[in-house]
Amino acid sequence: MTFESAVFYFFSVVLLGSAAMVVTIRNPVKSALFLVLAFVSAACIWMLLKAEFLAIVLVLVYVGAVMVLFLFVVMMIDVNLAVLRQGFGEYLPIGGLVAVLMVMEIALAVGPRQLAPTRIAAAAVHAPAAHVSNTRALGLLLYTTYVYPFEIAAAILLVAIIAAIALTMRRRPDTKYQDPARQVEVQARDRMRLVKMPAEPKT
Amino acid sequence: MMHIRPVLPEIVVFSMACVILLADLFWKRRFKGLMYGLTQATLIAAAIIAYSLRNEAPRVVLHGMVIGDRLSIVLQIAIFMLTAIVLAYSRTYIAERGVFRSEYFVLALTGVVGMCVMVSAAHFLSLYLGLELLSLSLYALIALQRDSIAATEAAMKYFVLGALSSGLLLYGLSMLYGATGSLSISRVATALAALPRHDMVATLGLVFVLSGLAFKLGAVPFHMWVPDVYEGAPTAVTLYVGAAPKVAAFALFLRLLVEGLHGLSGAWQEMLVLLAFLSMAIGNVVAIAQTNLKRMLAYSAIAHMGFLLLGLLSARTSGYADALFYALVYAFMTLGAFGVIILLSRKGFEAERLEDLRGLYQRSPWYAWVMLLIMFSMAGVPPTIGFYAKFAVIQAAVSAGFYGLAVAAVLFSVIGAFYYLRIVKLMFFDAPVDSSPLRQGRDLRWILSANGIAMVLAAPWAGTLIAICRAAVRGLP
Repeated sequence: MTFESAVFYFFSVVLLGSAAMVVTIRNPVKSALFLVLAFVSAACIWMLLKAEFLAIVLVLVYVGAVMVLFLFVVMMIDVNLAVLRQGFGEYLPIGGLVAVLMVMEIALAVGPRQLAPTRIAAAAVHAPAAHVSNTRALGLLLYTTYVYPFEIAAAILLVAIIAAIALTMRRRPDTKYQDPARQVEVQARDRMRLVKMPAEPKT
Repeated sequence: MMHIRPVLPEIVVFSMACVILLADLFWKRRFKGLMYGLTQATLIAAAIIAYSLRNEAPRVVLHGMVIGDRLSIVLQIAIFMLTAIVLAYSRTYIAERGVFRSEYFVLALTGVVGMCVMVSAAHFLSLYLGLELLSLSLYALIALQRDSIAATEAAMKYFVLGALSSGLLLYGLSMLYGATGSLSISRVATALAALPRHDMVATLGLVFVLSGLAFKLGAVPFHMWVPDVYEGAPTAVTLYVGAAPKVAAFALFLRLLVEGLHGLSGAWQEMLVLLAFLSMAIGNVVAIAQTNLKRMLAYSAIAHMGFLLLGLLSARTSGYADALFYALVYAFMTLGAFGVIILLSRKGFEAERLEDLRGLYQRSPWYAWVMLLIMFSMAGVPPTIGFYAKFAVIQAAVSAGFYGLAVAAVLFSVIGAFYYLRIVKLMFFDAPVDSSPLRQGRDLRWILSANGIAMVLAAPWAGTLIAICRAAVRGLP
């Protein structure tokens, strides 16, 4: 076994183990932290494939931004674990049986004999072009060959923004909010009224 | 400019969606119906553009991502027409329920873009992204009526199960990539031809791809979401979900299974036989037990998807044409059926139980006849176009040698006739429970009437329509 494959197997085991923990562990905060571990080990596997840019982006975007946000949300809302876990044991036997069957079938179909490096179609494995940095190569591909899927992905993000705003933004008539423009425009006479009153005689 | 001509309809629709989004900012107060008018104009313009491309030679553009052929043009025009009718039906409905907002129209348009991308995909990547664009728009549309708990629940269920099925589809596509070394549909087809007959990796990929596709179509055993989503979503959105996306999902079958995986046709034929049989059986039998009209139509949709697969599993070009014809006819039938539900509904009242149809003949004879035509067409009673569609797909199954399945299809359509005729009985022979007059817009009344009459009047032209479908699928292997 070469050093490279040893590293690969190490990170694969960590990835699979932490992914399993994400699903099975009781505490949602710990589960989110295991998801972080899964992302980091996936990034390491990408490193092995010489996809440095993707690996860094995975860590920066998912671990750095998405998961931190996710952790905040998990910590802020009160997740009722008892309700969430209700019925979990009920479906465990049948679900577990189906899962075991599927894993066995997949293992049979995509075992080492089927997916040996010699069996994989040669076209799938391009030799990386020399003297072109990872980022540059990705950028070139994204804006030439894959420009159409890239644009559709942008459209999907736009739809996500529209949907998020349409589903959450509401203007309630009873909320009291400040309007700074009107606060600045206000004049003394709008707020203050001088009332002339006759002096009262001393009694 | 020449090489983006096949994607012109998509570009127009998406640009107009952005324009509507911006116009809403400035002119919402001043012009009330502006967004609706702009949306309809966009759909009509896009249909005209797609029609003007009909005589161009089929070609693959944008680095092998998009194919512009007769099939994509026919399907795109159908999607534009279906969506335009859906929006015309739902205009009053959504206005009465407070979702007559520009977001509704923008999401409807982006869903249309997603469907157009799906039907003209020549690459796994564009196909998947189109599917996601459609699904995301659908989830948001269903949940748009925020105060309705049922709608939120339906959207949540659809979202979770939809994500799962997308995962299945992606896993299958990755297996196919491993086996063939390409994501381009035409290159996958050539690489598969060179592989041994029962290549394990490719077959595993096929299983997952087919599960994902069957989910999107709503075929048994991947149908669990259909009744809940149909029932929970506002009727206007159910109409949208039930019509054009079914046509687009059917197009995915043609693009992936027929164009890409034709080398594995022996394997997918067997799987489709199972899906078709189960869909027809469970759809038709469970629909009998429903008391909710929308739920009943959902099970009827599942059964119809089974019939649709009959044409596909023949694995012949004529069968694909019959299945395409069935998909289009079904989409227009389902529009009519949900159109009647919208017609009977009013502010604060949803006509979604079977009892609400009771005595419709006494309240409005004309719409009782319209509904009768639509129900006859769905059941496949001879003078209607639904009969020709059913006949064509059953004939396709017979000519491919699936005699047992064809007999089963006839039996199940007889069982299915029961619940369609029960509606006719309720409308004509029972006394009305609710006798308030029907108050809906004139556009809904006219289009719904045309929709119902078309079920009979289009029948003499069934041959022409099938010929159009034949021409559309001619390029398929």
